[in-house]
Amino acid sequence: MSRTFLGMPATAPRGVGHLRGEEPFPAAARRGLADPQLRRNLGHATTTIRAKSGAVIGELPDWQALRAAGSAIKADVLARLPELLEQLEAAVTAAGGTVHWAADAVEANRIVTDLVAATGSDRVIKVKSMATQEIGLNEALEAAGIAAVETDLAELIVQLGEDRPSHILVPAIHRNRAEIREIFLRAMPGVDPSLTDDPPALAAAARRFLRETFLATRVAVSGVNFAVAETGTLAVVESEGNGRMCLTLPETLITVMGVEKVVPTWRDLEVFLQLLPRASTGERMNPYTSMWTGVTPGDGPQAFHLVLLDNGRSAVLADEVGRQALHCIRCSACLNVCPVYERTGGHAYGSVYPGPIGAVLSPQLTGVEDNASLPYASTLCGACYDACPVKINIPELLVHLRDQVPHPRSEAAAMAAAAYVMDRPALYAAAQRAARLSRLAGRRGRGLPPPLSGWTIGRDLPQPPPRTFREWWAQR
Amino acid sequence: MVGAAVNGREEVLARLRAARGAQPREPAEVPRDYRPAGATVDLDLLVDRLTDYRATVHRCAEPEVPGVVDAVLGGRRIVIPPALPRRWLPASVTAVTDDNLTTEEIAATDGVVTAAAVAVAETGTIVLDGAPDQGRRVITLLPDVHLCVLRAEQVVAGVPDAVARLDPRRPLTWISGPSATSDIELNRVEGVHGPRNLHVVLLAP
Repeated sequence: MSRTFLGMPATAPRGVGHLRGEEPFPAAARRGLADPQLRRNLGHATTTIRAKSGAVIGELPDWQALRAAGSAIKADVLARLPELLEQLEAAVTAAGGTVHWAADAVEANRIVTDLVAATGSDRVIKVKSMATQEIGLNEALEAAGIAAVETDLAELIVQLGEDRPSHILVPAIHRNRAEIREIFLRAMPGVDPSLTDDPPALAAAARRFLRETFLATRVAVSGVNFAVAETGTLAVVESEGNGRMCLTLPETLITVMGVEKVVPTWRDLEVFLQLLPRASTGERMNPYTSMWTGVTPGDGPQAFHLVLLDNGRSAVLADEVGRQALHCIRCSACLNVCPVYERTGGHAYGSVYPGPIGAVLSPQLTGVEDNASLPYASTLCGACYDACPVKINIPELLVHLRDQVPHPRSEAAAMAAAAYVMDRPALYAAAQRAARLSRLAGRRGRGLPPPLSGWTIGRDLPQPPPRTFREWWAQR
Repeated sequence: MVGAAVNGREEVLARLRAARGAQPREPAEVPRDYRPAGATVDLDLLVDRLTDYRATVHRCAEPEVPGVVDAVLGGRRIVIPPALPRRWLPASVTAVTDDNLTTEEIAATDGVVTAAAVAVAETGTIVLDGAPDQGRRVITLLPDVHLCVLRAEQVVAGVPDAVARLDPRRPLTWISGPSATSDIELNRVEGVHGPRNLHVVLLAP
């Protein structure tokens, strides 16, 4: 493990959480590409969401102005992050909450586990949260003898299917209704054996299954979409009502929040509450948004803890180009438009953050050497940049990160040789004439000889012209 | 880690300061060229948007509210917040006032009737703020039918209007249609954990 210096920006530690895959992207992608059911499910789901999202974005004449405002607010947040977090801490504390600070996943897991243990509960209900997935909180709780029950429908499908999430918004996007029915019949205790694969019937089965758990569990763990520094108000945006259950019914609420989720003012929510639902689920507004400030006497949890998480975010902030990845509001629009994601699925990215945003966020959180293949998991087509509601220039970041990836020595040697030749006109002319020899050698269209043949496995080598530009110029 | 005894707060803040550069910045000027608050309210748009998300809308004058409640919840047991106007309730419902009822008692009711704080026409959203005519958050969560009575002057045009009107120190619940999910093949399906039936009574005949 790389040495961490006190008070200096640090990447997320190894050995904990879910930011690193077990194999490089190209190897993992091959499995997704070879699974026709997965590709059909993904193609169907992303086509649906693109149409819905496009329609409701088209209803707003000021979408571009909202994007510009959202991007500017997030840039301002990053420029003032330490001060805004201190302001948030003061406001939450004044409203009856308790604020904890976690430098990394290990600390955050320990803080949450200790807080749950102190309540005496051996079970927590959870609202879907990328931050707690990132740090591997469920495993840490499990190790301490505390059961973590995921209450979001897609998370429940993943948990019951002993599967891994493959999408930020819809972790079970790789499953179709027939597969979900099979998982429920196999793994949901007390399920009606005559359950059909009609989506409302599947939703109703989840409602019945979780109802008793909601009413009987005394501790909840959530993430958060926005936290207002000025007022200490937190907001969770959701659809099913499982979020409201977790934020309202238990006695104790523990919220884990990546530090970049803070926004300066209450008014800023007028921007993000317009951007997020339309970019994310393609709705004018999601069914439920809950907002709370500390503790409200007589209404909802009477003990509230907020855990502020770094876990590599300081390292991302330290990169002046790369830090715009911290603008992300986890809408997943970039996944839904990405030609690579649509074909490989989310598991290929290894990290809990898949797709284009994952390809720029995960390597920065872990250090590029631990996710070196992800900056290449893209065609640089730029659809993600157009779709991003906070204007993260993902193609620019991908190129920036490719520059930081450790490259093989042979590549550096080849580049140095090319630079040497291009610096010397006589040598360059000779090299161009030499390239023409490949026509005579009959290798046209067949690719380069070893060791360069790897590059031409999936590409056609352009045919060298019969004469060079200089020869043509000299003759006219 | 070197010196693990240092507290998490100082460590995180020191890292972020080092990453950002030690000098604190002044708040930036954010370009807010999007449509501001204050546009004309279109009640028909609200009705259209609510209906689009499978809420049932009833437009009527206030004296007709008990008739609507009777049609939706007649013969049923309902929970009501402490300051709900009693004139809205017909004799046909059994109303239990929430004076710190247990969750089990609330879950055992068939429905809930509340007022609202604000509604957003453009998005088809109603917002509850926990005022005495709306009650604790839990009472609009567990019963399967939520009937919400909305006065015309509570309706605003867009999200910025609603944010300007609401008090962030109150617990807020923004509701757009009945409970739903997009988790099965990314299609919106109504009816998961929250109330599966949302009725909005708009007092603007």
